[in-house]
Amino acid sequence: MKGFGRYMLFLGTLLVRRESLGTYYKLILEECIVVGVKSIFLFALVSTFIGAVTTVQTAYNLVSPLVPNYIISNVVREMTILELAPTIMALIYAGKVGSSMSGNLGTMRITEQIDALEVMGINSTSYLVLPKIIASIMMYPMLVILSGACALAGGYLVGTLTGIISPTDYVYGLRYVFNEYTVTFALIKSLVFGFLISSISCFKGYYTKGGAFEVGVASTEAVTTSVMAVLIGDYLLAQLLL
Amino acid sequence: MIEIQNISKSFEDKKVIQNISGTFEKGKTNLIIGASGTGKSVLLKCIVGLIHPDTGTVFYDGRNFTDADKEMKAEVRREIGMLFQGGALFDSKSVEQNVMFPLNILTKMSPTEKEDRVNFCLKRVGLENVNSKMPSEISGGMKKRVGIARAIVNNPNYLFCDEPNSGLDPQTSILIDELIKEITDEFDITTVVVTHDMNSVMGIGEKILFLFQGQKLWEGSKEEITHSGVEELDNFVFTNKVMQSLKKK
Repeated sequence: MKGFGRYMLFLGTLLVRRESLGTYYKLILEECIVVGVKSIFLFALVSTFIGAVTTVQTAYNLVSPLVPNYIISNVVREMTILELAPTIMALIYAGKVGSSMSGNLGTMRITEQIDALEVMGINSTSYLVLPKIIASIMMYPMLVILSGACALAGGYLVGTLTGIISPTDYVYGLRYVFNEYTVTFALIKSLVFGFLISSISCFKGYYTKGGAFEVGVASTEAVTTSVMAVLIGDYLLAQLLL
Repeated sequence: MIEIQNISKSFEDKKVIQNISGTFEKGKTNLIIGASGTGKSVLLKCIVGLIHPDTGTVFYDGRNFTDADKEMKAEVRREIGMLFQGGALFDSKSVEQNVMFPLNILTKMSPTEKEDRVNFCLKRVGLENVNSKMPSEISGGMKKRVGIARAIVNNPNYLFCDEPNSGLDPQTSILIDELIKEITDEFDITTVVVTHDMNSVMGIGEKILFLFQGQKLWEGSKEEITHSGVEELDNFVFTNKVMQSLKKK
């Protein structure tokens, strides 16, 4: 509870004594490149394979003359939009972006760079952390959209090339009884996860004490805590919004 | 002038500094000296506000800094320049960007004015043609110089240096000391240096505050330090062989 209280106070300090908007504009753009653009390859690769494997495994479990083939892509679509793209990718995002944010801030802390900012009269949380959180909230939903598209494309490629499902059936399954709200739900989840992962990781990194070893510990804690928060958040959002 | 009154700070049960009072005068190089672990850096951090003291008050030219609100503290801090022990340069920025950083954030100078000011400060600390280098590409002594350039770029009224000689060879240490002294005289600022280096004490110490086990035991000038009559200070001062020979004379 003490840690949670400190986290809430930490979030409170983000919005006080901010610098000029021009400063944030540049910082947010830089962070968008780091957290978003530089994650595209990893997200596309992982999502494509997850989509491909999900297609193969769904087909393996649905071998029955009573179940039409298009149900395979229908299941892949639902799994991808509801869980794989926003939640499973959040775990990868925590590992890549969260640990990087924590390590970055932890190193700045132990080398007195954060103290240097404070001595200059700059609110270091607002200057260093706020752009990371805003960039994460902006970029993670885009990565989720990309991830969803890649997963469905991966499923299509593997499904059609291996003869599991015909292209017509795959596309029909994707469009069959489509509820647009699932996309809205996935985007809401991605906004929440983007915020949770970046804020928790920054919190862990910002309060690092000690040396290089502690920076590593903080990065590990950042990933672990972010993953737990994502899983709990996933459950709560499902209960609340579905 | 900076005045500190009854500054105390404990971490959990350990009293790190106790009831320290004193003044740091304008236009002088004020030194806080003492052995490792006596609380010098903690005192410095209390003075600049990086650590909030348990008791006591810090006044910057009569302005109560310790109990000031965040806006007031930010205002005072914008008059502060600080050189950190390891330089604390921003890894992701070049030398020029590091020195220009306070100007970008705290001033509305034009790009040309900022560039001129940065070049002036880098030249002042004896660095030229290093603008585009990254901190990882320069030596420890150069990092300290860049740290000094960044500290003075915004025309501070107060300059703080935490162990400016740590990790440097004796020759570079003297150069850094001389630079700090010259800058103090040239810009007429209040400089506070934390050090345990007796060469620095005898070289640039105009006003010296000696800490022992978290308490202030002595305050005076470098001329008085060799005959203070304080046993703990004598033990600290005459550990150095050069100083021992001075004592014999």
